[in-house]
Amino acid sequence: MSRKVILCRCEDVTLADIQHAVAAGYADLEEIKRYTGFGTGPCQGKECLREVALAIAAAGARQPETIAPFTTRPPLVPTELGLLAGRAAPAKRRAGT
Amino acid sequence: MAAQVTKSRPTGASLPADAEIAIIGAGVMGLALAYNLALLGVKRVVVLDGHYLAWGASGRNGGGVRQQWSTEMNIRLMQESVELCAGFARELGINVWMRRGGYLFLARTAAARARLEKNVALQNRCDVPTRLVRPEDARAIVPELDVEGFEAACYNATDGIVFPWPFLWGYARAAGRRGVSIHTGTPVTAIEGAAGAFLLHTPKGILRAARVVCASGAWSPEVSRLAGVALPDWPVRHEILSTEPLKPFLKPMVSVIESGLYFSQSLRGELVGGISMPEERGGARQIRLTSSLAFLQTMARAMTEIMPVLAAVKVVRQWAGPYDMSPDGNPIVGEAPDRPGFYVCCGFQGHGFMMAPVVARYYARALAGETPHAFFEAWRADRFTRSGPGPASGGERETMIIG
Repeated sequence: MSRKVILCRCEDVTLADIQHAVAAGYADLEEIKRYTGFGTGPCQGKECLREVALAIAAAGARQPETIAPFTTRPPLVPTELGLLAGRAAPAKRRAGT
Repeated sequence: MAAQVTKSRPTGASLPADAEIAIIGAGVMGLALAYNLALLGVKRVVVLDGHYLAWGASGRNGGGVRQQWSTEMNIRLMQESVELCAGFARELGINVWMRRGGYLFLARTAAARARLEKNVALQNRCDVPTRLVRPEDARAIVPELDVEGFEAACYNATDGIVFPWPFLWGYARAAGRRGVSIHTGTPVTAIEGAAGAFLLHTPKGILRAARVVCASGAWSPEVSRLAGVALPDWPVRHEILSTEPLKPFLKPMVSVIESGLYFSQSLRGELVGGISMPEERGGARQIRLTSSLAFLQTMARAMTEIMPVLAAVKVVRQWAGPYDMSPDGNPIVGEAPDRPGFYVCCGFQGHGFMMAPVVARYYARALAGETPHAFFEAWRADRFTRSGPGPASGGERETMIIG
């Protein structure tokens, strides 16, 4: 069985990736987001932010209470371009047509 | 994804006392310049930045690298820069996710069509293989396009896109290995002294530098003001969005001349793009990095109009960064007027990222004493001063500023 521990499932960022980033001198969630790409996929960090913060603390880079979350970007949830444009999304093809 | 890692910390802890050249700004321009100086054997190069790597515009742009321009200077420089980008992974050992799917420009008006025709002829003379295509034939390149209402299009297959962030890690690591000292979280708060002994005040102490280069992008006017240098460039907020990752379907960057719409599909699968928001061009000289719903709506309307199938695609994130605008549309480089030893490298109109590899190469050579590249004359910093040669000396105005 693989020992790989995935922390960010959207972007396939592993615990080892975070440890390497810390070893390279990056200790801030904003820096580590950019260095590894974690938190930039469809969940935008909702699943992985806490896990990565814990990994940074466990690697000894920061005290947990000094780790601030990265900037939250709009939109709050993934939103269809059609909705934002005021257009309906293309109608779903009905069976048999 | 994970960038290739390094054992050496790219950001040093204690500030050295002296520098031969201090660079203010650890964006792609400053880091590429530091790396090129180190390659040329220049010692004691120090880079200072108030934030972390990729905080500024170098971490906020769309990653386009193209050779379709309206001036020969930019075409030739970008031919060289695109080749540097293509060799970056090999030279610096880091994956920059480059994909050469080309750039497809579309024009709705006869005036824009005439401009594209002129540009394509010039690009062809420079050996860039751009070709004019009829709008309906653009669908052979991007079948999902709705080309109704378009007059003309042009396509160059050798343009492409990169993922901007690894450029910063790559340049920082390579510069660090060659002795450059990089200090993030180290804002310059005051500049005293003169050539030979500038004193840069920071919260970590005072750095004494023989020469200073301001490579602070849209922040350059406020940084240069510390040294008593007045620069004429100003920031314009540009917003950008990223969608959920999709299966690979879109080959080129797609851009519309009139609206400034542009979007591409990165190797990570997401669509990334932006559009002109004319109301941003007002006189406000403050840098704003906030996001707006107005941008999301404008961008969504433009994307779904030109490619209706995108209506079902979800936006996951939007952010903003500043374009660094100059009065005549050309960059501002070289020694600052009346301030010997203080150099500037700014005013790149939103395309500083793609130009940095080549501009930094020649900038470093000039600082190392080699004959300066022709852009030092065309883009000289004193052309806007009363005693200077006048903005007309900046050369022909570049019209292919997108977004």
